[in-house]
Amino acid sequence: MTAHDDSWTVAGQTFRSRLIVGTGKYKDFAQNAAAVEASGAEIVTVAVRRVNIADPKAPMLTDFIDPKKIVYLPNTAGCYTGEEAIRTLRLAREAGGWELVKLEVLGEAKTLYPDMHETLRATEILAKEGFKPMVYCVDDPIAAKRLEDVGAVAIMPLGAPIGSGLGIQNKVTIRLIVEGTSLPVLVDAGVGTASDAAVAMELGCTGVLMNTAIAEAKDPVMMARAMKFAVESGRLAYRAGRMGRRMYADPSSPLAGLI
Amino acid sequence: MTNPDGTIQIRVNGEHRRIMAGMTIATLALELGLEPTKIAVERNLEVVPRSTLGQVRVEDGDDLEIVHFVGGGDHPVAGTVEIMQ
Repeated sequence: MTAHDDSWTVAGQTFRSRLIVGTGKYKDFAQNAAAVEASGAEIVTVAVRRVNIADPKAPMLTDFIDPKKIVYLPNTAGCYTGEEAIRTLRLAREAGGWELVKLEVLGEAKTLYPDMHETLRATEILAKEGFKPMVYCVDDPIAAKRLEDVGAVAIMPLGAPIGSGLGIQNKVTIRLIVEGTSLPVLVDAGVGTASDAAVAMELGCTGVLMNTAIAEAKDPVMMARAMKFAVESGRLAYRAGRMGRRMYADPSSPLAGLI
Repeated sequence: MTNPDGTIQIRVNGEHRRIMAGMTIATLALELGLEPTKIAVERNLEVVPRSTLGQVRVEDGDDLEIVHFVGGGDHPVAGTVEIMQ
């Protein structure tokens, strides 16, 4: 396998970029589009909301990010019950015409932690209706297996709470999830800066999803570029196989022939 | 029930409206300034397939939700209205 031949597949669709970016919190659509371009992302998450009937000619996301070139991944951000999430995704499927969706059922506003009971229930229903749900979840290797059992197409554990920018809090559980499932694993939430994304990739994750880390950077477009390189570097480092850790020093120069 | 003036009473995205009877959902969308190919419609909690928006007629008392894709990451986006109230 060469460095250029490293695509990944989810629900039959193949992608080269391992970075998925959100489309919220940007100053405007133009900045958002520039950040997506700089990130190299081939998938963006989008929300489904009521149209503004009072101002139907307001600029639309689709005018700036072309859904024919970039895959729109409808998500259920802001949903607190399985029913809300399912209802939202049924509408999303009709609006977009595709089955690949991101399910997110939150438990409470304070931590935005996923409600895994509702998440599992909704995953099962969606899978039976023909959806291909990529599922936001806790960093729990057993929950990940359960999600796989009921029809998730990708496992998306949080690295840290949504919007916190704290980085990967539990590398052990993320790694256990990667080892325990045959599905793509994408860290979703918690990335604050480039090194956090690289850590996720070095743990063997398939990819990383982020929004706030880019949108709230002082220069979002530059940060998008940094994230692109971080994800690529982390991935290459993972594939290259890191050296073993040692307790003591080991010189790099030969000791033979010392004068 | 159609009013004497030929109008019916419906709700669109939570707001009451009076429209002419006999209109299809696609016509209503166009009247509201919306492009029917960029929206999805739920009618009385059932998704209306986009291919049928031009055939399904709006009836008195209908509760319609008209949605589209907006920017969103992991957070509910400030300033937008949730579908569920």
